[in-house]
Amino acid sequence: MGLFSSNRAVWLGLILAFAAIPLIPGIPDFWITLWDYIGLYSLVAIGLVLLTGVGGMTSFGQAAFCGFGAYTTAVLTSQFGFSPWLTLPFSLATTGLAAFLLGLVTVRLSGHFLPLGTIAWGISIYYLFGNIEVLGRYDGISGLPPFTFFGHSLIDARAIFYLIWLCVLLAVILSLNLLDSRMGRAVRALRGGSQAAESFGVNIPRVKLVVFVYAALLAGLSGWLYAHMQRAVSPSPFGINAGIEYLLMAVLGGSGYVLGGVLGATIVIVLKDHLQNILPKLIGADGNFETIVFGILMVAVLQLSRNGLWPLVQRLLPKPAEKTVDESAPALALRTMPERGALLLEVAKARKQFGGLVAVNDVSFAVKAGEIVGLIGPNGAGKSTTFNLLTGVLAATSGSIRYRGEDIAGLKAEAIAARGIARTFQHVKLVGSMSLLENVAIGAHLRSGAGVLGSMLRLDRTDEARLLREAARQLTRVGLGAHLHKPAASLALGQQRIAEIARALCLDPALLLLDEPAAGLRFAEKQQLAELLSQLRSEGMSVLLVEHDMDFVMKLTNHLVVLDFGEKIAEGSPAEISVNPVVLEAYLGGVE
Amino acid sequence: MNLPMLDIDRLSVSYGKVEAVREVSLRMQPGTIVTVIGANGAGKTTLLNAIMGVLPAPGAARFEGRDVSGDEVEARVGAGLCLVPEKRELFTTMSVEDNLRLGAYRLGSGAISEGLETVFARFPRLKERRAQLAGTLSGGERQMLAMGRALMGKPRLLMLDEPSLGLAPRIVKDIFHIIMELRASGVSILLVEQNARAALQVADYAYVMEIGSITMEGRAEDLAADPRVIESYLGLGGHT
Amino acid sequence: MNATIALYLAQDGIINGAIYALLGVTLVLVFAVTRVIFVPQGEFVAWGALTLAALDAGSVPGTAWLLVVMGIAATVLDTLRQSKTITLHAIGGMVVKDIALPVLLLLAVQAIAPGKPALWISVLLTLALIIPMGPLVYRLAFQPLADATVLTLFIAAIGVHFALIGLGLVFFGAEGFRTTPFIAETFRVGVLAIKGQSLAVLGVTAMLLAGLYLFFERTMLGKALRATAVNRLGARLVGIPVRSTGRIAFALAAAIGALSGMLIGSLTTIYYDSGFLIGLKGFVAAIAAGLASYPLTVMAALGVGLLEAFSAFFASAFKEVIVFSIIIPLLIWRSLKAPHSDEEEE
Repeated sequence: MGLFSSNRAVWLGLILAFAAIPLIPGIPDFWITLWDYIGLYSLVAIGLVLLTGVGGMTSFGQAAFCGFGAYTTAVLTSQFGFSPWLTLPFSLATTGLAAFLLGLVTVRLSGHFLPLGTIAWGISIYYLFGNIEVLGRYDGISGLPPFTFFGHSLIDARAIFYLIWLCVLLAVILSLNLLDSRMGRAVRALRGGSQAAESFGVNIPRVKLVVFVYAALLAGLSGWLYAHMQRAVSPSPFGINAGIEYLLMAVLGGSGYVLGGVLGATIVIVLKDHLQNILPKLIGADGNFETIVFGILMVAVLQLSRNGLWPLVQRLLPKPAEKTVDESAPALALRTMPERGALLLEVAKARKQFGGLVAVNDVSFAVKAGEIVGLIGPNGAGKSTTFNLLTGVLAATSGSIRYRGEDIAGLKAEAIAARGIARTFQHVKLVGSMSLLENVAIGAHLRSGAGVLGSMLRLDRTDEARLLREAARQLTRVGLGAHLHKPAASLALGQQRIAEIARALCLDPALLLLDEPAAGLRFAEKQQLAELLSQLRSEGMSVLLVEHDMDFVMKLTNHLVVLDFGEKIAEGSPAEISVNPVVLEAYLGGVE
Repeated sequence: MNLPMLDIDRLSVSYGKVEAVREVSLRMQPGTIVTVIGANGAGKTTLLNAIMGVLPAPGAARFEGRDVSGDEVEARVGAGLCLVPEKRELFTTMSVEDNLRLGAYRLGSGAISEGLETVFARFPRLKERRAQLAGTLSGGERQMLAMGRALMGKPRLLMLDEPSLGLAPRIVKDIFHIIMELRASGVSILLVEQNARAALQVADYAYVMEIGSITMEGRAEDLAADPRVIESYLGLGGHT
Repeated sequence: MNATIALYLAQDGIINGAIYALLGVTLVLVFAVTRVIFVPQGEFVAWGALTLAALDAGSVPGTAWLLVVMGIAATVLDTLRQSKTITLHAIGGMVVKDIALPVLLLLAVQAIAPGKPALWISVLLTLALIIPMGPLVYRLAFQPLADATVLTLFIAAIGVHFALIGLGLVFFGAEGFRTTPFIAETFRVGVLAIKGQSLAVLGVTAMLLAGLYLFFERTMLGKALRATAVNRLGARLVGIPVRSTGRIAFALAAAIGALSGMLIGSLTTIYYDSGFLIGLKGFVAAIAAGLASYPLTVMAALGVGLLEAFSAFFASAFKEVIVFSIIIPLLIWRSLKAPHSDEEEE
């Protein structure tokens, strides 16, 4: 994403050329006005790109937030005589507060309930605007003052052009900075299934709320500008149809790309302007017939090019440079490891019932520091459920799970991560479009405190360099040093599994939980993995792994726990287990 | 050799850029049991799904001499192919009997009563539970229902994905006996199993799959005696 | 407020609630079978009422033309999408079914409409015009997205809503209409005046709900639809053609939408965009029932209707605010109840 760190000259040139547009003699005013609108809509669309395209939360309610920004300044300037400039903090504060309160509820909605929720409050807020006396009901508030700049009023479309597009430029830079940071990675991980991010200590509801409020603030800013450009506000531009148009912009431009928002806004506004000229003449009546074209366009984009149009434009632009890893960045602080041989994890009578089905039946076992313990059993034996109990994905029905003396049963995945337990997933959970380096850096999320504001303002660079260096170091350690900058999805499944181990190592764990690490690996890769795990063990790491590949398990582990039908049927050294008649029957039971 | 019942030629399946099945070729004769064994994640389930048309897969698939590679799932069911998937995919909120009736959906109501009789004769447990919701059945009963539902459609080739998965050893034995009975009644069976020992005991011919490719094939009894197969799939690793 | 007003409001609420129940049940059905959250259902409500109103007035409704346009579009797009595999025979079939039949229907409407046909003929014509639009919308918009996530389908549904609302404006204009009631008489029960149309609404709703129940419990096709809803892969594996079950679900949605529109068209003025809010209220009910249970949906719909009627009395300006705000706590409740899923994954 380091768009502005490289190719600065190209971008600067493009920006200056754009800034010169209003100065070109003969350009009609009407064009400039159109660009002003594009800028206003772009602000909202950029926020929506972060919210929907990057964060995976589809909102049809963004127009309502424009309304909060616009009405706040309208009331303050028209009834309390504020100067338009002074109302910006108030507009943003009102929008931010509204977004915070709505967000507390909205980000907790799952799946398709979330967009439905945004439609519901989008409609509610529209009717609220239209029925409140002080907001002028459906007539709104008119006669607002324009912006003034050293005595010049910015009524002219050319004058306000620079104000609007300065805001857009800032929004783009801040958004790109945010995405290219510790918090940004957390936001980008939301879409790849938040379970992985959660298990590395990312507080999912908080991250979602941050993006939600940020997107709303951009909408509020747009509303504030709009109020003083139009010099009037009324409910209709903040209704659900406007909200749908904003989403169309994000989808059309390419909802995963910040600049896709600007592209989408440009296409929609230009198209709308043309359609509003042509269609009524064609149909012979007045009305917003452009919705027909917009609706069809929305469906067509989803059917033909789900990533929108920005990827097509991107091909014409210079490639953003690869992230650089600063080898000289100081290493991150390390956790104090438990003494070798000390009792690290103690599972006592852990039980999990789903209704009448007992998936894990009072299973007990222990892991000592510096050991590799294998959890094995036929398919359906309860290994995955046991694993989920340890990682906080499921809560045990009864029994205790003690880690370094503390009961961790029932703790959330984030809290378990904070205690130094890192895991991998049976079904690889990497963000496919993100580079391996950034995917792995999520593992080190808890080892830095860089926040949202700091990231936007680029105050987080030292911390960031340390995180990336750690990620690169762990990737090199597991043998993927040559693939740092490749998107995770471009690697073979086996390599992705190994990358998950690197991500887990980034947490600086004392206990590593691996869910079928050898599945899908080739013979040589399995040997490398076994060497890596032995190496980690010799450095004092403890590992608990669920695995199917007997050969792999037998050669690597110190101790084996065998489950069948939810119960522990045996435990002991690999040599003992391999001749245990109960285990043999469970595994090899034939037809006769 | 007569015309193969199923002839798969260089079939591949990719998830994104990851190739889960790589140019697999496989043939089976009518009236036989063919098994594909291999470790978790080797691509066996993916292979069956591709043959059934659930997953898009470049490569040729001929069933009883007819090219079905462009066909939708529904058309392949119509041709006589049937998959009993690993997760059974029952209609859990509907009764056992409704599940079975729907198994004969494409044959029309005429085939239902006769089909029900045959299936109930083979799985008397299902008859006892005919009014119960499918979601309330035990693991073994679910597998029986899944197989029963498949048989209602009178398939000529039945593909079973891990029929022993999660079942107690005694029930596993029952299931394998039924598989042998089915072959005797003329149904060809393509069997994917973790339980390699049991699979090789009932099968006529076998393929070994590793990381998306077929690495060995041969008569089931020959493979069962092959030291490589014994070490990888029939023993508990190198320590036995 | 006295008892008479309360009774009057309750009557109003129950009538509206019955309509929301019909729509809510259809939304649950369409969602279960196709995973589409069918927001544009409301447009069929408006079109049903407006088509009937046009026929009442002796003019040719725009929907007659629209059906021809949609049929042509579906034929052309389906042919293009399957250009490699499609047979001439199949194209011929589409031309007959999707173009020739709608053209015949258009000619029939043009012949019948000026004579101001009897109500029952107008109702049948309206159904004949609107019902085929359901499957056509499914083919045009959703079938190519059959493998997409619920979220993508939802965004597409919003797109369809946008397109249909614009088309509604083209074909019916911005003016509102009322239709002739099915039952014009008013009955007096004590102090309460009961409109005959209210009874028609309740009667038709009860009959439709009973009909749907029988369809799903007793017929093989109904069971196949349920099976598709319960387990799509399972349904495909037994040879149920899930595409046609999707089309049937959409046909039902269009039929019930159009009927609902014709029922309320005499009770309230319907504009080209009235359907959206009516449909969304059906949604509030469907969501309250978790987009899953039919009986719960009906109960929730009656609740929405009553809430709306009483809030219209106490705070008429904030009626919509109240009805749509109630959905938020419901959504939270449903989100908490829903099992943890990786649905947001791509």
